[in-house]
Amino acid sequence: MAGILVYALTNEGAINKNSLGAVSQAAKLAGELGTEAHAVVVGNVDDAAAGSLGEYGAAKVFRAKDAPEGVSTPAVDVLAKLFADNDYDYAIFGGGLLGFEIGAGLAARIGAGITAEVTGVKVEGGKLVAQRPILGDSLISESNYKGKGVLIGRTNAFEATKSGSAASVEDITVELSEQAGKVRLVKRGEQRGADINIEDANVLVAGGRGLGAAEGFQLAEDLAAAFGGGAAVGATRAVVDAGWFPYAGQIGQTGKTVAPKLYVAAGISGAIQHKVGMQGSENIIAINKDANAPIFEFSDLGIVGDVQKVMPALTEAVKAKKGS
Amino acid sequence: MKIAVLVKEVPDAAVEKRIDGSGRLDRSGEKNLNPYDTHAIEAAVQLKEGGTIPVEEIVAITAGPAGAERALHKAVSLGADRSVLLSDDAVAGSDVIATGYALAKLLERESPDLVLLGQQSDDGENYTIGAVVGEFLGYPSLTQVVKMDIAGETITAERQAEYGYDTVEIDLPAVISVGDAINEPRYPSLKAIMGAKKKPLEKVTIADAGIEADKVGAAGSRIDCGNFTEPPKKSGGTIIEDEDTSATVEQIVAWLDERKLI
Ligand SMILES: Cc1cc2nc3c(=O)[nH]c(=O)nc-3n(C[C@H](O)[C@H](O)[C@H](O)COP(=O)(O)OP(=O)(O)OC[C@H]3O[C@@H](n4cnc5c(N)ncnc54)[C@H](O)[C@@H]3O)c2cc1C
Ligand SMILES: Cc1cc2nc3c(=O)[nH]c(=O)nc-3n(C[C@H](O)[C@H](O)[C@H](O)COP(=O)(O)OP(=O)(O)OC[C@H]3O[C@@H](n4cnc5c(N)ncnc54)[C@H](O)[C@@H]3O)c2cc1C
Repeated sequence: MAGILVYALTNEGAINKNSLGAVSQAAKLAGELGTEAHAVVVGNVDDAAAGSLGEYGAAKVFRAKDAPEGVSTPAVDVLAKLFADNDYDYAIFGGGLLGFEIGAGLAARIGAGITAEVTGVKVEGGKLVAQRPILGDSLISESNYKGKGVLIGRTNAFEATKSGSAASVEDITVELSEQAGKVRLVKRGEQRGADINIEDANVLVAGGRGLGAAEGFQLAEDLAAAFGGGAAVGATRAVVDAGWFPYAGQIGQTGKTVAPKLYVAAGISGAIQHKVGMQGSENIIAINKDANAPIFEFSDLGIVGDVQKVMPALTEAVKAKKGS
Repeated sequence: MKIAVLVKEVPDAAVEKRIDGSGRLDRSGEKNLNPYDTHAIEAAVQLKEGGTIPVEEIVAITAGPAGAERALHKAVSLGADRSVLLSDDAVAGSDVIATGYALAKLLERESPDLVLLGQQSDDGENYTIGAVVGEFLGYPSLTQVVKMDIAGETITAERQAEYGYDTVEIDLPAVISVGDAINEPRYPSLKAIMGAKKKPLEKVTIADAGIEADKVGAAGSRIDCGNFTEPPKKSGGTIIEDEDTSATVEQIVAWLDERKLI
């Protein structure tokens, strides 16, 4: 049976939201192709969680309990075995770091074509055609697969929609490759820095490398304070990796997805991995000294200027306005 | 230990990237070493300088047009000891799988203990070459690594994934793509720039590397990319050039007020 297989990423037994989106997307496409979408989980996932993938459209769920979750190679072994046994045509991943790694490894192993950062998929002549933005999102390119295909979705590109009921879960045993033992997860999901909440904020002031140093975040804190209750401060990966700001406040592909009423991006370039986590914000203001920064392409109000000058003045002006 | 660093030549950051008439990336303008790859070279140099483990050699390897020589010179000026260029018309137009296969073949000739790459290319932005190369070589692989500690035959690596920071042990030989936060690449000295052209640069063809012609190039690729269209444009936002900051913030506040955001 030529169908679609979806890898569902899990953490402590819970399924990733982007994987639910990938299952929903696969189910819809399978319907158009006249075939089925199946899903696979790796590691210790209980029946209820695994079976719940059926609610998003998976006709069947496989579970490889003995394969470790969190590194790519064991999952490549599992998916390659399922491809060999079931003759799937496509594998779809909801993105995420592991999705990229497993998808790429699988494609190399089974000789499939690969498209990353997929934002749309259509059916043409009984085959899937993947659409992905290229060259800084200035164009959309279409991938036509000559044979089997791997599609890795962009973060938040596929919406999770319920369309069915719980699926049966089939346990499978896969003999892992020698490589699989050569990469071992020691610690997963370490939270660095304070546990802050940014998802419930209605105003988010996000800071990037343009704030210059950890101390530069005071500018963002001050502006958020001026907006008052309901405002919080967030950050980019660049500054979280640099230790300037807690991971819990990171917005983007490997951080949080936010959609506040107002998003102020201060000293942020607007990389795609950041954009995917904040483009749903209702109003976006960007302050950046580089007039060509990509952030201006998806901002409602762009200030070409120095954060060191604009932010303190804006903080005072907001305070004055609130006080009036 | 021998380290191979995979590097790519890409259009310079200042060049507006576009697709040419044949449906491929226009590579006619200024070109440069992929900025993300300078972090991979720096990581190799730091391992060499760090002395935890003796590093005999750092080899920079690329597959690209003949002009990609310049990117290799730059890689050498940043600390590679020598370089290898696979330039063969048969490879032009390769997709990720065909490119990864060709690079794996080049690496097999070198049998490095560690293969380092950048986190992404600035032009193709597929983020996947590392995992593909690892699979073809039969080496374990990791991407987006921001910290590496080496002890004996094992590297303890850290990287950020969707649930926070992960720590992973990986046995050598291995393929590791490094994130841009791993280090701050140094600028090459004038002496290093001048000396780079004198370091060995080996040019190889697919035959030299044992690459099967039907597995590379557009014909050997598993996908065809095309039908380029422009995405729906978000109506352009208002832009204010900050010349007089008090006037600028007045405009921002008015804008916020209009939308009842304040
Ligand atoms: C797999 C993967 C996952 C990722 N996940 C995420 C994620 O979840 N979130 C995320 O944010 N990124 C993520 N990234 C990283 C992302 O690609 C970018 O590297 C990052 O968003 C850049 O952060 P930045 O904008 O702070 O820094 P930069 O790109 O360095 O931008 C700094 C900006 O500040 C401006 N600037 C400098 N000084 C001033 C000044 N004085 N005044 C005004 N402006 C100034 C500059 O013009 C520049 O535009 C990920 C990348 C990968 C590959
Ligand atoms: C706009 C555009 C879109 C494309 N879309 C697709 C697609 O959807 N699917 C597909 O299969 N191919 C695609 N390609 C082709 C693909 O980019 C090339 O095969 C490319 O050589 C490898 O992918 P990347 O540069 O995106 O690699 P990435 O995985 O982003 O690069 C990571 C690292 O790999 C190393 N590396 C990459 N290429 C080379 C090289 N030639 N020599 C040495 N080291 C290298 C560098 O260290 C780099 O930092 C696309 C190309 C372009 C220009």
